[in-house]
Amino acid sequence: MSARVPVVMAVLAVGLVGALAGLMIGYVPYGPLTVLEGLAGFGDPVATAIVREVRLPRTLLALEVGAALGLAGAALQGLLRNPLAEPGLIGVSSSAALGAVIAFHFGLMAWADWALPATAILGAATTTLVLLLIARRAPGTLTLILSGIALSSLAGALTSLALNLAPNPYALNEMVLWLMGSIKDRSMDEVVLVLPFLLVGGTLLLATARGLNALTLGEETAQTLGIHLGRLRALVILGIALVVGAAVSVSGAIGFVGLVVPHMMRPFVGHQPSRLLIPSALGGAALVTVADTLARILPTHQEVMVGVLTAMLGAPFFLTLVLRQWRTMP
Amino acid sequence: MTGLATEDVGVRVGGRSLVDGVSLEAPRGAVTGVIGPNGAGKSTLLRAIAGVLPHAGRVTLDGAPLPRPGSRTRARLVGYLPQCQDVHWPVTARRAVELGRLPHLGPWSSLSRADTAEVDAALTKTDSTRFADATVTTLSGGERARVLLARVLAAQTAVVLADEPVAALDPGHQLAVMEMLRDEARAERRAVVVVLHDLSLAARACEHLVLMDGGRVVMAGPADEVLGSPWLDRTYAVQFGQGHVRSVPVVTPVRRLEAGEHRPEEHRHAS
Repeated sequence: MSARVPVVMAVLAVGLVGALAGLMIGYVPYGPLTVLEGLAGFGDPVATAIVREVRLPRTLLALEVGAALGLAGAALQGLLRNPLAEPGLIGVSSSAALGAVIAFHFGLMAWADWALPATAILGAATTTLVLLLIARRAPGTLTLILSGIALSSLAGALTSLALNLAPNPYALNEMVLWLMGSIKDRSMDEVVLVLPFLLVGGTLLLATARGLNALTLGEETAQTLGIHLGRLRALVILGIALVVGAAVSVSGAIGFVGLVVPHMMRPFVGHQPSRLLIPSALGGAALVTVADTLARILPTHQEVMVGVLTAMLGAPFFLTLVLRQWRTMP
Repeated sequence: MTGLATEDVGVRVGGRSLVDGVSLEAPRGAVTGVIGPNGAGKSTLLRAIAGVLPHAGRVTLDGAPLPRPGSRTRARLVGYLPQCQDVHWPVTARRAVELGRLPHLGPWSSLSRADTAEVDAALTKTDSTRFADATVTTLSGGERARVLLARVLAAQTAVVLADEPVAALDPGHQLAVMEMLRDEARAERRAVVVVLHDLSLAARACEHLVLMDGGRVVMAGPADEVLGSPWLDRTYAVQFGQGHVRSVPVVTPVRRLEAGEHRPEEHRHAS
């Protein structure tokens, strides 16, 4: 525990600096003092409005989405005992996206605000469940990744179908922009909408820590250590579906965070699954916040979507991991 | 009898009967060896007792049925060392042994000083203290086997089930592990059940033996009776030679028996 504290503090510091930078950087840059004045509600009314209504929701969402993806990645890797598992890579995020696109397609949000997160969560849960059934029958990295790719492609195809059959150009445009993965132009409403899902899902995932540790010795041994496997799997699936579904519903698909963050944390906190959960949540929050800020300051004539940026950095990282694993295999 | 007992235990997997009508007793304070050729159902029986395979029949400890499989109350009574030695994350040996204390922890509590003391004791008993802080995945097969055994011992269970605990060990550590299991059984009044392939080791380390074949018990009883029985050769389809080297029992295969030759009178006993 003691060795973990400095790491957690360092990650928190990175997250806070990233968040502050996120509030300062933009079309009109502000100094830290202006930002703090704006947050507190006194000072220049324009700066206050920009900081509070434009930049603050975006920064808070980056923290929420990042924490959700980092935590989900660490928990999924623990459950599947596989460091290559990631909600985005194995189709969980794309299924959440499919659920959300279905909500867009049928205009379900006109009926209820929470229809978007609900359909996204349902999509994420379905795929996680299918993957788990496959992983039980045919364990192994290759099966998992290949099944994930198949499910991901299926979700992608169905998403294209929904776009294909879009009721009107306006809906199509809305869906495409959302799919690219961004937390631009979001409001506090979205920050508040996903929070309960994140809190419930996050609590479920943190409650699985001990079971995930026991899985280090395999499913049978875990069972003889008093771990109820069915309950453990259900908790992880529900938790991941809740946090990933909720995150995807407000940000679109932001990939590779769940893969990269636990890997960045392992050298500092070790490989035990329980010790990775909280640092991965914090690390994810810091990473997405920093990536989103980076996306804003890149000198491009159109702002780069944060989902595009994480994929561009994450995919080569994943490839390196695969090559390294292949090299150490007997 | 105080100890572990099974009554008419049967296991069917995919419509095939792997273990059928097994009733046996493994008393506290003794090591009971389960022997038999490959596919006899030894590991399946152990997994059924451990609670990882659904089974028919009853398993009792000191006359009372065991709690529900997967429960912490059962985990506090029955420890299981599987044949498979996979450790999926490169955690330190100490962390792996600490997992043995899981059944004793409250839902949100962490290891107490007493838990840590049990972990240290188990590492010492298995001669693993030297590499306690090394990563399990970097250990040799023998070292890893000892660490995983330490994990089972740290749980302090009334029943210890070990599936071929010496398969990866050199002769010195084989003897050490079997002596340790025997000490555990005697000093702590545990019922220790061990699947073994080495019959000399079984003769030396086990008070009781259960000879299995085709999912059934062929014969059970005191070790010398089972090893002295003509059923041993028949069950393995092997002619065994037996004797003593400096008063240590030795059982060694002499030759394979041809089909039709598996008759009890083929048995040879040389001392």
